[in-house]
Amino acid sequence: MHILSVLIMALGAVLTALLAFQASDGVMSFHAALMALFFLVAIVLLHRRRGNLNTDGYEDGIIRAGAIASTFWGVVGFLVGLVIALQLAFPVLNFDLPWTNFGRLRPLHTSAVIFAFGGNVLLMTSFHVVQRTCQARLAGGWAPWFVFWGYQLFIVMAATGYVLGVTQSKEYAEPEWYVDLWLTLVWVVYLLVFLATLWKRKEPHIYVANWFYLAFIVTVAMLHIINNLAIPVSWTGTRSYGVWAGVQDALTQWWYAHNAVGFFLTAGFLAIMYYYVPKRAERPVYSYRLSIVHFWSLIFLYIWAGPHHLHYTALPEWSQTLGMTFSVMLWMPSWGGMINGLMTLSGAWDKLRTDPVLRMMVVSVAFYGMSTFEGPLMSIKAVNALSHYTDWTIGHVHSGALGWVAFVSFGALYHVVPIMWGRQRLYSLVLVNVHFWIATLGIVLYIAAMWVSGILQGLMWRAYDHLGFLEYSFAETVEAMHPFYVIRALGGLLFVIGSLVMAYNLWRTMRGDLRAEAVPVPLAPAVGAAS
Amino acid sequence: MIKHATLEKNSILLTVFVLIVVSIGGIVELAPLFYLESTIEEVEGMRPYTPLELAGRGIYIREGCYNCHSQMIRPLRDEHERYGHYSLAAESMYDHPFQWGSKRTGPDLARIGGRYSDEWHAAHMIDPRAVVPESVMPGYPFLATTALKTDDIADHLTANRMVGVPYTDDMIANAAADLAAQVDRDSDDLDALAERYPKTQVRDFDGNPEMISELDALIAYMQMLGTLVDFSSFKAEGQNLR
Repeated sequence: MHILSVLIMALGAVLTALLAFQASDGVMSFHAALMALFFLVAIVLLHRRRGNLNTDGYEDGIIRAGAIASTFWGVVGFLVGLVIALQLAFPVLNFDLPWTNFGRLRPLHTSAVIFAFGGNVLLMTSFHVVQRTCQARLAGGWAPWFVFWGYQLFIVMAATGYVLGVTQSKEYAEPEWYVDLWLTLVWVVYLLVFLATLWKRKEPHIYVANWFYLAFIVTVAMLHIINNLAIPVSWTGTRSYGVWAGVQDALTQWWYAHNAVGFFLTAGFLAIMYYYVPKRAERPVYSYRLSIVHFWSLIFLYIWAGPHHLHYTALPEWSQTLGMTFSVMLWMPSWGGMINGLMTLSGAWDKLRTDPVLRMMVVSVAFYGMSTFEGPLMSIKAVNALSHYTDWTIGHVHSGALGWVAFVSFGALYHVVPIMWGRQRLYSLVLVNVHFWIATLGIVLYIAAMWVSGILQGLMWRAYDHLGFLEYSFAETVEAMHPFYVIRALGGLLFVIGSLVMAYNLWRTMRGDLRAEAVPVPLAPAVGAAS
Repeated sequence: MIKHATLEKNSILLTVFVLIVVSIGGIVELAPLFYLESTIEEVEGMRPYTPLELAGRGIYIREGCYNCHSQMIRPLRDEHERYGHYSLAAESMYDHPFQWGSKRTGPDLARIGGRYSDEWHAAHMIDPRAVVPESVMPGYPFLATTALKTDDIADHLTANRMVGVPYTDDMIANAAADLAAQVDRDSDDLDALAERYPKTQVRDFDGNPEMISELDALIAYMQMLGTLVDFSSFKAEGQNLR
């Protein structure tokens, strides 16, 4: 087995090294060299670890690595977001250079927050949750580490590619064919590691959080492969042409992208909710039956909702109507899940006063409820006619991404880090509080600014004067956005500051420092309390 | 009746059930698009991109223009007046991938072709605020000074043919010559170019005859957007033709 692993890695190293020298463009050379380096380092590490691979207890090293990677990519992704927000307010910040223009940096931001930050949080928490709920060590020996580092390589290739002008221009699926192939490989190993760990479980039942992780891994694989089918221009070059075209490509893309939201940013993070909220509140999940209904109805309905991104386009109208209908129905499982998460706090609501980490998680579930109400609303064709193509969409995405995905991730990080580093508590709960309020204020500024700018611009586009002419030129509507773009950037700045506070707090926690502060004492249980 | 506990105890069964449940919606919505008349109809005037336009489209994709510009006009009164006739499915039938976009930080470009002069486009790309003071678009001065990579243009046509764009052997064999001819009004290849690609606009797009720049290609692409279908004679036939 060991020899086989080394042989595979050696073969990979040789092939990618050859590619690096034979590549028909510079970026391919660079990326092939990165892959060759990856394989070489893997061989060295495999050789060193030979024979003394630890098989006792839990594999916690990878969770520590995941916590560090999540925090790092989070800060990077938020920072790039701040930069592009400022570019829209002050276009001089594009510097008129290829590598710094908005068009190349926007995919860098979206991929960094979704795949680098969100993806690492999902890797980390899934590896944590599956081990704890199965009472089994991660399966596959070094395979989980291949998944972790392979995924980081995917991120680096995607990110450097965008900046150097390598993209296939499909939103949230911008990486080119060879990066997609690499991710597919990593993802299949991820699925196998996850399944093989489930097979080692000591509990007969698979815990609900793992259903969500499994659905996330399987569905993302399906979406990724079908949406990214492409023919490269040359096997040694970066460019490719997708197999789908026009209207078929449009729906395939939005089937993919909407379910990247539905399965990457929702199912995966609901798994986090289903493990960490009960754990933190020290209460069981509110309703087991609701979990079952929530799970199956959510994954069934979500996949239909893609066409709501294509209202009034050249997509056939029946498809748009179907997408709208399912999007409205999706409100129900979404809120079912929210209720299941919130009501898990039954009997433990007082912890919200004493535990800012739990508060962060609970507020994230509330944001989830907000944005899963707003989503169905925006999917209604009459509303969408106004909201589509405007900043309202951007605001909606960020109430979900910042309020739900990021906050529940912060909660998980604050929960996991002290445990994984064996500390009695976080360095500072006061700083968690500071982070919570700065970030919440940032989100409120962000989404309020985008509501106003989106609805304002949508109305300006369709405004007529008393003679029946369009009232505003496009340029006038752009000018009207400026104050809101400044407010949005301010909101983003607050969010970045919050994430830096978190990074500092986690770093001090990892070091084993405890800030001298009054630790709030939870109320004693009311049961049997004598006055 | 299968009990849920059975699924909870069997990871493979659970995986299979998940796959089935998440496949249904996609199959029902996606599969018909490959045979419905309204999504595969052919409209007179549509042709594959010329090699120069295809290269320009590559620049459009590389710089991420789709992040801020849509190419999909909706059948709404204001859009009709602002941008023109609503977009047809057939108008993006050769687009691998589609460029409909999702956000209009800048205006829709589906029918930008012929709306502005080449000089305007060149000035606008080099310094957007020189011609539109309110604009928040980045400047792209480097396009004017960067030579277009043309040596692999035939490979691009071949790859497009493999995914279904009807490029002929003739088009592929003459790809490099056609590309050069489109920026040179004195070229001997012009008749052949016009025959292979009707309605092709031929001129030096960026105002610099010394070099075929990336700006040449990008402007050539933008100037043809939305110009292929003649809407003075186009009649939408039958049900749901969009």
